[in-house]
Amino acid sequence: MNKPIIDYLLHLADNSLILGQRNAEWCGHGPILEQDIAITNISLDLIGQSRSFYQYAAQLKNDNTTEDSLAFFRTEREFKNFLLLEQPNGDWAQTILKQFFFSSFQFLLFQQLQKNSDETLAAIAEKSLKEISYHLRWSSEWVERLGDGTEESRNRILNAVNNLWRFTGELFIPAAYETELGIELNSIKENWQEKINEIFKNATLPILSNVFFQTGGKTGNHTEQLGFILTELQYMQRTFPGCEW
Amino acid sequence: MKQFINKFYYGDIPESNSGNSIISTESKTDWPLWEVFLRSKQGLDHKHTGSLHAANAQMAIENARDVYTRRMEGVSIWVVESKNIHASNPDESESLYDPSNDKIYRHASFYQLPDELKHM
Repeated sequence: MNKPIIDYLLHLADNSLILGQRNAEWCGHGPILEQDIAITNISLDLIGQSRSFYQYAAQLKNDNTTEDSLAFFRTEREFKNFLLLEQPNGDWAQTILKQFFFSSFQFLLFQQLQKNSDETLAAIAEKSLKEISYHLRWSSEWVERLGDGTEESRNRILNAVNNLWRFTGELFIPAAYETELGIELNSIKENWQEKINEIFKNATLPILSNVFFQTGGKTGNHTEQLGFILTELQYMQRTFPGCEW
Repeated sequence: MKQFINKFYYGDIPESNSGNSIISTESKTDWPLWEVFLRSKQGLDHKHTGSLHAANAQMAIENARDVYTRRMEGVSIWVVESKNIHASNPDESESLYDPSNDKIYRHASFYQLPDELKHM
């Protein structure tokens, strides 16, 4: 049984790691060179964030745990990332929308976390906010560009909204460890919805209602997608435990 | 390879004729080419760094940030659409540049510099 702070750090770390891994799948496959570099830059930012959180979690666990063992030797049920982030990249529109939903959430959450009484957590949040602001701007502009673009781009982003909206409810339903730590998600939910409304309005996209929300990622109940990600992500360490570059 | 850029020659193109019509090789689905200028630190000039594709100026700046400032190369970015850059014609280089070859008196190398003056 972990302390709530360790569970929460793992939740934050897993979010960044899994989306970082997903974005890394674009490496060499981006629609054009410049955007290939942009999405893999974001991937590296996210993996950097996850390292900070894993390192701190390992330090608090104070046993033989390291950042690497947390990333490479836990199983699906121990991962606490949002279901949203493990969903397949699909096309560029799905990737962009996933990033936009998550960056707008992270932007609001980390503003709260940088005032957290845990100084290390606050410092990581503060450091990450600069890059998150950029991720948010970059992904917002893409959502607007695709929604208000050609018929093709509009159909693709509409399809993405239909696919991914069901995973956004989970962002605001607190897990036990969040409640215990006093993480306040209600105000974030309001501001998040406002941001989505603003960008969707510019993108001429509809806001969906009456959608059944999928949940479970925060407490380790994942979609089948996570297993495939971990198989690839953990392959080397599972095959050659402790191997180094 | 597709030709994305058609640089104008010096004195070749009347101003009223500049603009999109000149670039005929660019199809509608290609994003325009932009030239990127970076200032590496405050007080220095912006220097030409490279070029990239982008749909508009905002995207060009962001692409430049991602492509050219990953290793802290810059503190300021300029972008300009390549079609707006006018270049001198290499065929005219003899008449443009050779005449200054034999005019060494234009160099400031005949002045005696005081010893106190450094970095000249």
